[in-house]
Amino acid sequence: MSTTHLALELKDLRKSFGKSEIIRGVNLAVAPGERVAVIGPNGAGKSTLFNLISGRFGPTSGEVLLHGQRIDGKKPFEINRMGLSRSFQITNIFPKLSVFENLRCAVLWSMGYRYSFWKFLADLEDANDRTEQLLEMIRLDKKRDVLAVNLTYAEQRALEIGVTIAGGASVILLDEPTAGMSKSETTRFIKLIREVTEGKTLLTVEHDMGVVFGLADKIAVVVYGEVIAFDTPEAVRANAKVQEAYLGSAVADEQAGGH
Amino acid sequence: MTVKYHEFKPYNVGRWVIWSLFALVLVFAPKLFTSSLSVTMLSQMGIAIIACLSYNMLLGHGGMLSFGHAVYSGLGSYMTIHALNMLTKGTLPIPVSLLPIIGGFAGMFFAMLFGYVTTRKSGTPFAMITLGMAELVFAMSLMFSEFFGGEAGVSGNRVVGGSVMGITYGPPAQMYYLIAVYTFISVGLMFAFTRTPLGRILNAVRDNPERVEFIGYSTQRVRYLAFIISGFFAGIAGGLGSLLFEIVTAEVVGAARSGAYLLFTFLGGATFFFGPIIGGVLMILAFVLLSEITKAWLLYLGLVFLFMVMCAPGGIASLIMMNLRVAAFGFLRRIWVSYLALAVCALVVLLGAAVMIEMVYHLQLNGAMGSTLKFIGFTFDAKSLDHWFGASFVLLTGLGLFELCRRQYVREWGEIQEDIEKEIKRREAL
Repeated sequence: MSTTHLALELKDLRKSFGKSEIIRGVNLAVAPGERVAVIGPNGAGKSTLFNLISGRFGPTSGEVLLHGQRIDGKKPFEINRMGLSRSFQITNIFPKLSVFENLRCAVLWSMGYRYSFWKFLADLEDANDRTEQLLEMIRLDKKRDVLAVNLTYAEQRALEIGVTIAGGASVILLDEPTAGMSKSETTRFIKLIREVTEGKTLLTVEHDMGVVFGLADKIAVVVYGEVIAFDTPEAVRANAKVQEAYLGSAVADEQAGGH
Repeated sequence: MTVKYHEFKPYNVGRWVIWSLFALVLVFAPKLFTSSLSVTMLSQMGIAIIACLSYNMLLGHGGMLSFGHAVYSGLGSYMTIHALNMLTKGTLPIPVSLLPIIGGFAGMFFAMLFGYVTTRKSGTPFAMITLGMAELVFAMSLMFSEFFGGEAGVSGNRVVGGSVMGITYGPPAQMYYLIAVYTFISVGLMFAFTRTPLGRILNAVRDNPERVEFIGYSTQRVRYLAFIISGFFAGIAGGLGSLLFEIVTAEVVGAARSGAYLLFTFLGGATFFFGPIIGGVLMILAFVLLSEITKAWLLYLGLVFLFMVMCAPGGIASLIMMNLRVAAFGFLRRIWVSYLALAVCALVVLLGAAVMIEMVYHLQLNGAMGSTLKFIGFTFDAKSLDHWFGASFVLLTGLGLFELCRRQYVREWGEIQEDIEKEIKRREAL
């Protein structure tokens, strides 16, 4: 497959903090529309990987390509404008703004309103319609005018996803979207994620193995700063290296009712 | 089903009423307070309102704590007075009424220049850099006396050229109405700004700058643009100030002026748009009236500021809004007795404290004129142990009673808030 047909490509990506190398040469090629779950033990570097891709940190070396264009070293807002959006493991929304305002802020740039101060928000019909649509998509239309800080945890997580997808990015990175949720909330939430990311390229960090095997077309296993396997769920499940390094214990956890 | 969203309904009655009232107040205030002092004070209030609102664009809307906002209003003042003098010489063909706009552009220009550096940072580094900038400009005011006029400042005369339809800006009332027009338009424009994409993203930058970077916006650019717009309105305020006083001295760019903007914006309430309007009015009341009543006015001001920071960090505006909410649910009658008690106790505390403060000030400043002083109609002897004992007794009694009332008030307030929550739940269930 030629490079330009890939949604996201990582080439020998490395990141060191001081002397310790956290990401040690990651290669990954994600095709458009693919749903990839990134799994791995705690401290393997999954979140760091997301931070490198989304521009929160610059890589020490290596390349990140979004639709064939280099994005490594670019600022987060530049990467976002090129069509990549991410959510955060710890809820990262605008606490003193209402749910509606949270979503509308996230819609504005992609609708071309940028830094304009010569138009009233209330007159931006396309942006307001899109925001109302998003409210319904993430099932928060009843909480439209509630301040984000006053939402329940699960609602805040939904808003986090809403803010992430609002700009219409084609590549979506979700960092542990279901962290801290109960089993039943998680099931509902995964359905929601599947709905709102329909047709998009999705990378998600996830701990719940049930979720991973249900949601992902492909699984990338990160262990100690390297991708040791990147394949379909069945192939990854069968992979001896993965079983040894990670999955065995996680599956055992799962059976014991962990997470 | 998508419901169309309209923030401005075609005829938003409440908003029309409020803006009409505001216009009426501006028009009729000098008819009510007709003395020349009141007209000057009203003029100054208009200016202070613009300045505090422009400051709040940074503090309340953008979360930028600036210690150097007087730089932009002050440089606006200087540019305006120079423009006025050019106009007098006949080298600048524009009417006097448009001069404050020159001040605005000057404020904007310097905000572009200095803001490029200051807004690269946020939070504490931003505050530090603005402080540095303010010191820098104040130091320059002593270096370049051609522009800043040295100790004497730069003076001008706003009555230039003939009268246009009887308007010369000679009489203070005419000057007041010019300021009132600028105040109304500036307040309107600054309110409109809060309803624009940039205005809303500025709130987002205040709340969570990191996330803003991940929804496509450069926080630095947002802060910079807001800083420039804020500088424009600060410059307008400065320009109006030059026309009003017809003299500009270096204190207009000084740290004390910047501090006053911060203090009164905060007192008025940074979390609501109208807070700084209250702040601006208080600023002039304090500077002009309180300073007449007592020499210790800065000390009282400091005490009030301390009290507000600790007890009501949302300023007067948030106190008003919280009580309006209580009133809207019909619970205000449950708590007004507490308010009355608090006010009486606060007065007692103030009385005790004020007598002691005045006695200390008297001993320090007027010691040569004997130890007796007149205060609120009584004669006190600053060297009499009895009077000190009496004052401290009043103060301590007041403090004790205040604390008791405060506890009662906090309890009642808590109950009311719970009841409001219940009421909201009940209405939702309907």
